[in-house]
Amino acid sequence: MVLGIPDFWIWSVFILCFLSTLLCVVYGLINWNKGADKEPTQMEEHKDWEEKQEKIIEEEGL
Amino acid sequence: MLFKIIATVIYLAILSFLAYSGFKGTKNASDYLVGGRQIHPVIMALSYGATFISTSAIVGFGGNAGLFGMSLLWLTFLNIFVGVFIAFVFFGKRTRKMGLNLDAHTFPELLGQRYQSKFIQGFSSILIFLIMPVYTAAVLKGGVEFMATTFQLNYDVTLFFLILILAVFVSMGGMKGVMYGDAFQAIIMFFGMAALIIVVYLQLGGIVSANEKLTALASNPVAMEQMVGKTPPGFQGWTSMPVFNSPLWWTVVSSIVMGVGIGVLAQPQLVVRFMTVKSNRELNRAVVSGGVFILFMTGAAFTVGALSNVLFFEKFGQVAVTYAGGSDKIIPSLITEFLPSWFSTIFMLALLAAALSTLTSLFHAIGTSFGRDFFEKTLGMKKNSLIVTRIGVIIAILITAMLAFVAPRIEETDGLIVMGTSIFFGLCGAAFLPSYVGAIYFRNISRKAAISSICTGAFVCLFWLFFIHSKAAKTIGLCPALFGKDNLLVDTALAKLSQIDSIMIALPISVIVIVVVGILTKNQADKAHADKCFDGVK
Repeated sequence: MVLGIPDFWIWSVFILCFLSTLLCVVYGLINWNKGADKEPTQMEEHKDWEEKQEKIIEEEGL
Repeated sequence: MLFKIIATVIYLAILSFLAYSGFKGTKNASDYLVGGRQIHPVIMALSYGATFISTSAIVGFGGNAGLFGMSLLWLTFLNIFVGVFIAFVFFGKRTRKMGLNLDAHTFPELLGQRYQSKFIQGFSSILIFLIMPVYTAAVLKGGVEFMATTFQLNYDVTLFFLILILAVFVSMGGMKGVMYGDAFQAIIMFFGMAALIIVVYLQLGGIVSANEKLTALASNPVAMEQMVGKTPPGFQGWTSMPVFNSPLWWTVVSSIVMGVGIGVLAQPQLVVRFMTVKSNRELNRAVVSGGVFILFMTGAAFTVGALSNVLFFEKFGQVAVTYAGGSDKIIPSLITEFLPSWFSTIFMLALLAAALSTLTSLFHAIGTSFGRDFFEKTLGMKKNSLIVTRIGVIIAILITAMLAFVAPRIEETDGLIVMGTSIFFGLCGAAFLPSYVGAIYFRNISRKAAISSICTGAFVCLFWLFFIHSKAAKTIGLCPALFGKDNLLVDTALAKLSQIDSIMIALPISVIVIVVVGILTKNQADKAHADKCFDGVK
């Protein structure tokens, strides 16, 4: 009898529910700041924009 | 009653404001379809959770736990482990990146673009458009029944008002409005369900004491006498699994736990949410709130549902299903009989929130299937896809309203909410899961393999539901009408097979088909296209 429940399959799932939630919390906290890379398309767009800006600055002699 | 009306009006006012904010922020199709791919992780996780968990999960499945017991907690475990952890970490990240690479805005569009097949996009969208209303009607029925009981209104009148509110919200707000509304509603649901489980455990003297009382109830001959004929054979008490291989074991394990637990991975309205965030970091963060939210939703609902038997038996000398008069009525009766009236107002709002958040997302998914996937992409009609989508939403709402109107008039209505949900989750799993896994994990899967798997999965699943599955075939009524018997296996040596849920049969067949056809047509996969799809996918 665990937590007032006699059947192994029921008390184990009772505990598994909490463990799986814990897994979600721990995974999320460990990887909280991971995966924030800019998308290549965004980076390329930004690079293009910077190049254009530099060209304009050079051409206009600013 | 006045307090209830005021609380509902305030709640609807906040929801209207959020829908209006979404409407103001919706400037193009991308905003309407995937929220401009800039949704905050907590909003995304709460929206995913609130869409996932509906009145069907709380009232329908919670009531089922009142009948079958805590064995339903296996579904909660799968909801958290598969529905959140596996879904976000192993499916979400790849789906988000591939969706961006292919400029996909809906689930059928993702599959269609990945396999370069208009047929896949068209067929998937039609399947969603035709079958999703069954689930939507199940959710709507749960919401309407609860509202009607709370406000002491007629079922049809409540249905009419709820449909009116839904039509305005969804057709106006688009994905942003839907997701902002979802997040707000998720907060109400969280507090409502957390309060419910705490109050019930406190009333029964704590976790161990409450569970012991529920265990002891199974030894009470009066209580067990009342359960005779209420469940399929195999019931052993509310804190025990049903007898292995008994009809009840198959119902719990195959239909409820596996059907809904696995089917969640290929739900169009949930998959699309992965495409609403801008990077994997948002998905990592969303896992935290997603996991905790689901534990407090189905975990609380199923535990409270089972424990309600002790409360009903101690006060009225009747087990929950007997006192409430059906499993779908257990949770509403529990709230009315055992909780203070202020709490029933909070819980009523939580349930209304659960219903509306799921319904708005489902209508959004059906509407986009109709407008974006079918008209714009499959038929190539590019004009005014937003208007066509909004028309699709209105048609979906009308079909759902009709089904929800007819539902209480069907003879055997008890358990209809659970059945509608299982059918939709099972069909999505069988038809889409193998090709979805193939799409995001395997470069060499060909278009032919994907089409074969989707068609086989859908066909086998529907055939099983219409002609084999004992409860579904009987309720749908086509098999009795054509062949004069409840299902094709009745009175045969294979009769026991009719207990097995469609996903347990259709999904393995669909997997075998995609593997075999995939191996045979391996050389037909477009390598250059696969490179584009998998660019940056890890």
